[in-house]
Amino acid sequence: MSSPILINNVHKVFKTPGGDVVALKDINLGIQPGEFVCLLGPSGCGKSTLLNAVAGFQPPSAGEILIERKTILAPGPDRGMVFQEYALFPWMTVAQNIAFGLEIQKKDKAEIDLTVNQLLDLLHLKDFRDRFPKDLSGGMRQRVAIARVLALDSPIMLMDEPFGALDALTRRNLQDELLRIWEKLGKTILFVTHSIEESIYLADRIIVMTYRPGTVKRDQKVDMPRPRDPSSADFNDLKRELGRLVMEEQQRHADAELKLAAVD
Amino acid sequence: MKKLQSFAQGTLVPVLVLIVWEACSRAGLFSEVVLPAPSAVAIKWWHYLLPAQPQEAGQSWLAWALSGELPHDTWSSLYRVVVGFLIGAGLALPLGLLMGANARMYTLFNPLVQILRPIPPIAYIPLAILWFGLGNPPSFFLIAIGAFFPVLMNTIAGVRQVDGIYIRAAKNLGVGAWSMFTRVMLPAATPYILAGVRIGIGTAFIVVIVSEMIAVNDGLGFRILEAREFMWSDKIIAGMITIGLLGLAIDTAVSRLNNHLLRWHRGLEH
Repeated sequence: MSSPILINNVHKVFKTPGGDVVALKDINLGIQPGEFVCLLGPSGCGKSTLLNAVAGFQPPSAGEILIERKTILAPGPDRGMVFQEYALFPWMTVAQNIAFGLEIQKKDKAEIDLTVNQLLDLLHLKDFRDRFPKDLSGGMRQRVAIARVLALDSPIMLMDEPFGALDALTRRNLQDELLRIWEKLGKTILFVTHSIEESIYLADRIIVMTYRPGTVKRDQKVDMPRPRDPSSADFNDLKRELGRLVMEEQQRHADAELKLAAVD
Repeated sequence: MKKLQSFAQGTLVPVLVLIVWEACSRAGLFSEVVLPAPSAVAIKWWHYLLPAQPQEAGQSWLAWALSGELPHDTWSSLYRVVVGFLIGAGLALPLGLLMGANARMYTLFNPLVQILRPIPPIAYIPLAILWFGLGNPPSFFLIAIGAFFPVLMNTIAGVRQVDGIYIRAAKNLGVGAWSMFTRVMLPAATPYILAGVRIGIGTAFIVVIVSEMIAVNDGLGFRILEAREFMWSDKIIAGMITIGLLGLAIDTAVSRLNNHLLRWHRGLEH
């Protein structure tokens, strides 16, 4: 086993002026090397909190997260993250953004150039290498963000609703690109989304999470061969089933907000 | 063509003002001492610009052409602005980065900064002379103070407004403390810092003129004060206009530099 992610009894409590909020409770997950796992749930279910804990930005309040049998204490380049807001450095060109992580690792110039060129090729960014992020569309920016993480050559990729801000066509296009890259490079991917269709289209396995406290509601394997057809019967059966689960949690979310509003 | 048109539009108002001014002077509305005609100012400016002595043997043409009073004064003022500004900004930038990035440094230094900041550089004149005597050093000191605070305040604000997402992305890429500072915080804060630099240069210009009125015997500020003693209003105005032109030239240069350094910045999208 080269790079499993192991999540053991993870709890996360946020202290707020209104009292403690239990964001994550009793999370136990083992992710296999090369597996594509989606965390699915309504907003407020703690899926991003769990991803941030794996990334090392917000350590769990209790329990532990292990990467290759080592407890995570801080963020690191062994778990590259793609953010919904792209988070590209606007003062660097496309090529400089991709090269940055390697420069930090003090790789030699020739090696960096080689990697950057390969990634520009892989993500069809060649014509944009000397552009600044402000000159790129959202889809292009997200390609750069993916290339920046791939440059680290880490076995694990974390993705926080990476395609959430994109239009439907660009989104499908990037989903296909991501699957192509994942199949080619064999990364382990932990992918947060609130789109049921996106999770079925992409994942080997879908973890449906409950609304506060965030727990695992359903651990769903997806066995359909790729490329998956969103109009097929299997696809829609699963979509209906997961839709029911997510809607239950969405309803709890809505009820909780109504209750809060009533108190005010 | 469009450039020419906007240039023509831009010169319209100044030219009108000059015409009205000239007409009023010729009509004898003001005495020549109170407000000389623009034509008289232009002639004075020209004489002020020209070399006072004939070209000496062995002297290069350029050195001779720039040997007049005006080029000499302009150069002296510019030199003081540049040195004073570099000292002030050179101290403000590292302190601002530290105070912006480190909460403890901010708590330690902020009270002192807030007390010193409202004191106008002019108020330091007596101390400047006492500490640094006459000549250039008190000018450098006063200009440095004038440039220090705008650069400091903007650098602090610039570092503090750096979007947390860049810090997170950088940490995720394995960036350590030093690189975080030099390759993420500093570039992310550049738009603010450069705005501070522009304000700081403006302040330096105000202070240089005042400082030249006290402790030196050349420079545009000195020349204006000198002309006052002889009631040479035309020369006073010629000096003032030179200050205006020099300020415009420097601001244009800084703004060009800004546009180049910030070519990545969204605010510059046209």
